Amino acid sequence: MPDVPAPFIVLDHLVKTFAGVKALTDVGFSIAPGEVVCLAGENGSGKSTLIKILAGAQAPDDGTITIDGRVHHRLGPRAAVAAGIQVIFQDFSLFPNLTVAENIAFSTSLAAGSRWVRRGRMREIAAAALARVGVTIDLDTPVEKLAVADKQLVAISRALVSDARLIIMDEPTSALTEREVRALIAIIRRLKGDGVAVLFVSHKLAEIFEVCEKIVVLRNGRKVIEAPAAEFDPATLAFHMTGRRFEPAPPTPGSTDAPPILEAAHLTRAGQLDDVGFTLHAGEVLGITGLLGSGRTQLAKALFGLTPIDSGTIRICGRDIAIRSPRAAIAAGIGYVPEDRLTEGLFLAQSIGRNIAVGRLDAHAGFAGILDRPAYATEIDQWLERLRIAAPDAATPVQSLSGGNQQRVVLARWLATNPKILILNGPTVGVDVGSKSDIHAIVAGLAAAGMGLIVISDDVPEILAVSHRILVMKAGRIVDTFAGGAIGEADLARRLAS
Amino acid sequence: MPGTSRPSLLARIDFGRNETLLVLVILAFSAVTALVAPSFLSLPTLFDLLRNSIVMGIFAIGVLLVLISGGIDVSFTGIAVFSLYTTTLILTRLGVPVPWWAAFLLSIAIGTALGLVNALFIAGFGLPTLIVTLGTLSVIRGVLLTFVGSTLISNLPVGLKEFARLVMIRGTTAEGYFFSLPWAFAALVGVVAVTWVLLQYTTLGRSIFAIGGSPESARRIGIPVRAVQTFVYAYVGALAGLAGIIHASLARVANPFDLVGLEMSVIAAVVLGGARLAGGYGTITGTLLGVVLIVLVNTSLILLGIPSTWQMVVIGALILVGTGVPAWQARRTALRAG
Repeated sequence: MPDVPAPFIVLDHLVKTFAGVKALTDVGFSIAPGEVVCLAGENGSGKSTLIKILAGAQAPDDGTITIDGRVHHRLGPRAAVAAGIQVIFQDFSLFPNLTVAENIAFSTSLAAGSRWVRRGRMREIAAAALARVGVTIDLDTPVEKLAVADKQLVAISRALVSDARLIIMDEPTSALTEREVRALIAIIRRLKGDGVAVLFVSHKLAEIFEVCEKIVVLRNGRKVIEAPAAEFDPATLAFHMTGRRFEPAPPTPGSTDAPPILEAAHLTRAGQLDDVGFTLHAGEVLGITGLLGSGRTQLAKALFGLTPIDSGTIRICGRDIAIRSPRAAIAAGIGYVPEDRLTEGLFLAQSIGRNIAVGRLDAHAGFAGILDRPAYATEIDQWLERLRIAAPDAATPVQSLSGGNQQRVVLARWLATNPKILILNGPTVGVDVGSKSDIHAIVAGLAAAGMGLIVISDDVPEILAVSHRILVMKAGRIVDTFAGGAIGEADLARRLAS
Repeated sequence: MPGTSRPSLLARIDFGRNETLLVLVILAFSAVTALVAPSFLSLPTLFDLLRNSIVMGIFAIGVLLVLISGGIDVSFTGIAVFSLYTTTLILTRLGVPVPWWAAFLLSIAIGTALGLVNALFIAGFGLPTLIVTLGTLSVIRGVLLTFVGSTLISNLPVGLKEFARLVMIRGTTAEGYFFSLPWAFAALVGVVAVTWVLLQYTTLGRSIFAIGGSPESARRIGIPVRAVQTFVYAYVGALAGLAGIIHASLARVANPFDLVGLEMSVIAAVVLGGARLAGGYGTITGTLLGVVLIVLVNTSLILLGIPSTWQMVVIGALILVGTGVPAWQARRTALRAG
């Protein structure tokens, strides 16, 4: 290996200001051919702005981008592609209605300026790109029928087709299972061998270490550190990203003699749940983990009445309750924060206030069902403060908030209904480190106040950090039960993957 | 399915496809009608069906393009009637006999220009397509009736009269019934062929699908989204101009109150054919089958002696079932996949 390879791209003193707010201040670093660099930072740290500048979607106010020795003051989208920069956005930017082959080869035929579609050529290009990534996916399948991991592979293949020399991946692991992440890492290694550089943007800290040579951390638009990955550990990285120290304190054990508030027995749903039973005590955080498809989400949906069980019993505070619908679940005191808060949990275009209060409209309905506005407004303000939701005011639309704040709004909605049992499915997916730790603290606080919580997640450190007891699911069954603190991270991860 | 034996014809039919469903419904409708009114199964009925499908078919192809691109256009009937009436008026005032194709070109040009107005608002200002075309439908029709004219022109220019007399196929059945198919049918065939090549074999056509699938992704990979949208609305305008002038020629009258009101039936035909209102999906075969079904319902109900007001009920029911069943199936599959 040569000691100092000539860099592929050098960013120097990039500055970008939006309406007087500095999104980036004097940011500079370089990426060598075949180097894997991680860009870490919380929401609002300037990561997205930097990606947009590299993709040519935005022009920097000041500073330079040097590619292969050529100095640019700005890149257009076409110039970025011509220089070999490809961005794989979090949503992959694919066409769900077109086939795999067409998705991969579309940009090449556009770039070639050809008016006619040559399907044979398209298939050749697509097959070659998939071969380079080292996977086989049927070329004629419409992309909407693919699983998330395969969609990502199609997006990577498409990037390669355009002679990518730097692939920027925005949150590439957020929708993948552990096993799929392994496969992705293997592919990134393969690309590296081909001399393709990768700029990896991720919240999931554990994965960063494995694959990156260098880590660049942004905070409030400034580069706070750039150093070889070997010099970081999870604690120091979290510190650089947030400027705060986190103590990974294991949860204080809940008292086992607390009364059971939820007793599930023999829960079965054809093909999804197989004789699942467990008990949740008041003041307890029960962690449920398993791979995608293990039945973890199905269990949550069954308890909340979204996909009712075929057989089995659910007892809440000692009473048998048939939960056939979310309404019944809510009436029984169950709250559910879904996995995909954007599509299942929030009214994105509406204000924070409405999102919080929508579960409580009944309580504020006065004479003839007319809303008691002042009481309603007071309650909303209390929740903004209690959960420290960072927003100008309660009228701000939820879609303009960061992931962590959106998750707090969903939490506030449920807490406002005062549930006895709260089910959190993937509570910190797409949430930055600082907010993640805050959400964990909220969970601990709620348990201490006597609520029973079920946290479902495939994020092993998260499960270990919050749970008093851990259940492992596989193929619709509970296969293992551990007391919190009785199992380490590596062991639990192995139990999951086996 | 056993891998060794060749699957039977029945097993090879894909019942999940909209086209299959439509063919079955069309066959069922024809069978019922033929049982009650045996005269239904005859060449004159077939040729009536084909003739009645011309104008609606051309409209439907235009609507298909818009739906694939992720938009909707309800102004095309307004564009059609404006184009046909203005063209007729200009040619009548000119007084010089012009050949039919010149009249067609003029009507298509007017239609294209009006389509570009839609494109200006949709591609240029990025406004929602339904709102824009609802607005332009009203404005175009209002301008036509206020400034251009609101009286029937029953004495069409010579060229258009001649076109109506151009017959491609004619004949008499053994029972002595007369049947014929005008050359106007070739216009539909031409439109179908051109649009099919456009959608399947050109980068422009695939870009229309891409935009319908995901406009944001299309922008990111460098598809000129606005230019493609402009093309789509201009193309719909051109087809509306063509359909309008053919309609006037075949009806032998230019009626400024004509055609508007037909747009929902046309959109229904395209949706029945499997195009999704959300964009990105739709086939020409499905669209043509949808048109045939709607025209067939109109024709067969008359033969069955059912009041024509029932057409609306039947077509509405077909839409509910035809789009409801696939949506329900999709939801069940999604639930099972969990």
